[in-house]
Amino acid sequence: MARLTEENVRLAREIIGRYPKARSATIPLLHLAQEQDGYVTNDAMAHIGELVGATSAEVYGTASFYEMFKFEPVGKYLINICGTMSCALMGAEELMHHAESRLGIHMGGTTPDGLFTLEKAECQAACTEAPCLQVNYRYRFRVTSENFDTLIDQLQAGELNSEIPAHGTVAAVRQHIPADRGVGAVAPEDVTEGPAWLDGKAAL
Amino acid sequence: MTTIDTNTESSEMPEKDPNAVSITINGRTVEAQKGEFIIAAADRADEFIPRFCYHPRMSSVGMCRQCLVEVEGPRGPMMVVSCMTPVAEGQVVRTETPQVKRAQEGMIELLLANHPLDCPVCDKGGECPLQDQAFSHGAGESRFVEEKRHYEKPIAISELVFLDRERCILCDRCTRFADEVAGDPLISFTQRGNNTQVMTFPDEPFASYFSGNVVQICPVGALTAEPYRFKARPWDLEQRESTCTTCSVGCRTVVQSSRDELLRYQGVDSDPVNWGWLCDRGRFNFQSVNSEDRLENPQTKAGDSYATTTWSAALDTISRTIRHATPGSVAILGGARGTNEDAFMWAQLADALGVTMRDAQLDDGLPASIFSYPQATIDAACSAGTVILLAPDMKEELPVLHIRLRDAAEKKKIRIIEISARETGLTKHAWRSVRAESGTSVTAVQQLLADSAIAAQLASGPVVVVAGRANLAEDAAHTMAAVDAVLAGVQNASVLPVLRRGNVRGALSLGLAPQSGKDAVAILEASARGQVECLILLGADPMNDIADADLARRGIAGAKFVVAIDTFLTQSAAHADIVLPAAAYGEKDGTTMNLEGRVTNVVQKITPRGTSRADWMIAAELGLLLGHDANVTTLADVQKLMGKKVPGFGATTTSVAVKRDGIVVTVPTPTRTSFVAPTITPRNSYEFRVDVSRKLYDRAVGTITSPALANLATGVSITIHPLDLERVGAAIGANVRVSNAHSSIVLPVQSNEKVPRGTAVIPFNQPGADVRELIRHGDSVVDVRIESM
Ligand code: SF4
Ligand code: SF4
Ligand code: FES
Ligand code: FES
Repeated sequence: MARLTEENVRLAREIIGRYPKARSATIPLLHLAQEQDGYVTNDAMAHIGELVGATSAEVYGTASFYEMFKFEPVGKYLINICGTMSCALMGAEELMHHAESRLGIHMGGTTPDGLFTLEKAECQAACTEAPCLQVNYRYRFRVTSENFDTLIDQLQAGELNSEIPAHGTVAAVRQHIPADRGVGAVAPEDVTEGPAWLDGKAAL
Repeated sequence: MTTIDTNTESSEMPEKDPNAVSITINGRTVEAQKGEFIIAAADRADEFIPRFCYHPRMSSVGMCRQCLVEVEGPRGPMMVVSCMTPVAEGQVVRTETPQVKRAQEGMIELLLANHPLDCPVCDKGGECPLQDQAFSHGAGESRFVEEKRHYEKPIAISELVFLDRERCILCDRCTRFADEVAGDPLISFTQRGNNTQVMTFPDEPFASYFSGNVVQICPVGALTAEPYRFKARPWDLEQRESTCTTCSVGCRTVVQSSRDELLRYQGVDSDPVNWGWLCDRGRFNFQSVNSEDRLENPQTKAGDSYATTTWSAALDTISRTIRHATPGSVAILGGARGTNEDAFMWAQLADALGVTMRDAQLDDGLPASIFSYPQATIDAACSAGTVILLAPDMKEELPVLHIRLRDAAEKKKIRIIEISARETGLTKHAWRSVRAESGTSVTAVQQLLADSAIAAQLASGPVVVVAGRANLAEDAAHTMAAVDAVLAGVQNASVLPVLRRGNVRGALSLGLAPQSGKDAVAILEASARGQVECLILLGADPMNDIADADLARRGIAGAKFVVAIDTFLTQSAAHADIVLPAAAYGEKDGTTMNLEGRVTNVVQKITPRGTSRADWMIAAELGLLLGHDANVTTLADVQKLMGKKVPGFGATTTSVAVKRDGIVVTVPTPTRTSFVAPTITPRNSYEFRVDVSRKLYDRAVGTITSPALANLATGVSITIHPLDLERVGAAIGANVRVSNAHSSIVLPVQSNEKVPRGTAVIPFNQPGADVRELIRHGDSVVDVRIESM
């Protein structure tokens, strides 16, 4: 259980500054918290609430809508195997069985060493490459039992560290928008006129 | 140039309200207002449209889709949700066509797809909108055969409220209330999707002062209140409409009982007052009336304990004591907890006996001359251009007034300027909030008035000053002088006095205000000097409520003879020579006056406990024994006399006048005196200025004798700024010694960055060390030293 680190609080403030309303930063801050701890802790949710001016219950209400936010620790690598139509037709079932026996856990479980969590996922929009999976939301296409094993070996050996960061990291490179480059926050209620190109046509 | 208006006819027509809209509902023409929703117009026209999520006091969200009706459109009739569709000129609405019926039946069927068959064991059964509307607007059977959702049966979401998620129909009323009305969004929809459920944050309960309201407005039995669970079925309850007198907001309630036992209060919508809401303290303290510890019979002191006696013996002793007392040595303290009739009859008796020592307040309010300023009502405050707060934290002391002011500020109807020594519940809704250390509010007001932006705001519309006693460790004259300063600088400002005890305004207006400066403090001082031969405590507990603990002790000890008229053997009553049991709330009829001067009725619902009686009866009987027969035998007699003797009260004598919204009564008030802020002595080594005020839950007798509320008091602590804490060198939660020239107490320390540096906040009347030891009446402010131990 951890609140955001000092460094992340600094980042959080930068992110909050991009929005007209602090609350709008809730989701990006949840990602930040998940990146920090691998999952979203209660303390982090309470901290985010303080930062954006919401109660913990409101942050939790928002966060719990999203499958991809985890509220319990997951493995360093979260493996989502697609089980929807195309992948199912192309052998997702077998792949899942294989994954379960290779890692010695059931779907939804985490290996005792804390490295892997297995999950069944819905269509990942890569149907042409079926069966597919994601490791921490990074794709692997046309996965056979053999290259699943290779993947696990490589992950265990740390060979893919540069390509697949630990669970929670959404983007490999964090985008920073210097304050002077921002257009400045405009509150929706302050916008009273249509965009310039509309040129009065909005009066209809 | 002269023009002749040929169209004289139209110019003579009454001007048409530009916001008036005329629509047709089921063939009838209905007048409505622009912006109003169809469902509200239909309600006024008595055309019932079924609904679950719509609530007239909250914003519409269209969650349940039960209110579907047909509206004629360009492409034929279409189905719209009437709680979200505004009226429009010429709109044709039909609420009972076969299509509408089908749609509404379909919605009920969907809502029942997951709803358990709990009715026989559900508290709501019998008064349940889902049950009722399934019957009136449902198809009678369901096509769903699937397994329903299952959750653990009720889970506690707070000390007072239980949630049964299986019964919830996700109408968003409770969550909307928590967010929009109470301002405590501690419950939210979580796991949105197929498993949407109302939930708190893990380990953070729904500890809102207003939590009971969600139980009342939940349209199913998903939310139940601990004090009422499984206590009765709605059809066994009898009820009468009344007014809550726990504090002086005067919220309208219904008092419900079964088998002569109070079981529940529910909020009633009074437009000028509470809008249907109650605070939890007012809602759940009915338990106190049912308490085992109530006094049942008169008691006389026999050594260290009490012996039960008869009323005639007790009243005989009291009348003999009064008769033999030196003239001018009888004193009456209290009266603010009773009805107007109680206060009036005691004031009559006091007049007849020439008693000048009387005070309905216990030095914890403001001088009664606050009523001599131009007065404002709650509605006036909530629609004023500017509201200036020179008052305690409304959320703690007058909760539903807090709701009203918060609502007005949120809806941008008012701008709040707060002058306070620390943050309050309204600070985040204030337009400006300035921190003025206790003793400096006059200076703060003067600085504010000199600010041009503030002056422009004040000039832009009506100004109402909400004035009350913010700090019990500060001379009331500071607040009065600050009010004077506002009124001197702002033309036509009016005052909404926020004295908190239930019927304090009624008691002060009906003759229990101090005469020639002999207020509670002067009375207790006189008593300490041995000049009070008979001290009558009229539901007053100075040992608990007077901020100067030493004075209270000396005063009570010095009185030769003490009579306590109370519902419980309070700390002060325990020192009395004779204790008379008083009828409690719900056990007597009468009227009460709220903080704005509104008179409404309170009703008897159950038989008074034991031989207890209403205070006015005791006064009448004592009067009779003392040769001052007031000639009253019934409450109606008292009201008639009151109407005759007290200007303004004539209008309250009919039972119709004091129903629901009641009437605002103006009683001539003492002449206005002006106040000067008392000087402040330098702090020397006492570096912290103390701010002492009440919290909603404290050791008030009605709270500690209500099991549901008794444990909600936070306990005493001293809160200072984190940097000050560092300087003191104590750990959070550790005991510190707090001392000044009067005394020293030991209590745990807390830190909060919202407390200004140099200020120390201590709640009043909490379990634990007694802050009153540090307070002496007449102290301008109270400064202390804090040492780690
Ligand atoms: S608990 Fe009751 S009030 Fe709250 S959403 Fe469910 S049905 Fe509505
Ligand atoms: S705000 Fe006051 S009057 Fe209203 S319910 Fe609470 S205690 Fe009673
Ligand atoms: S079905 Fe697996 S990616 Fe679409
Ligand atoms: S009452 Fe209109 S949608 Fe619920």
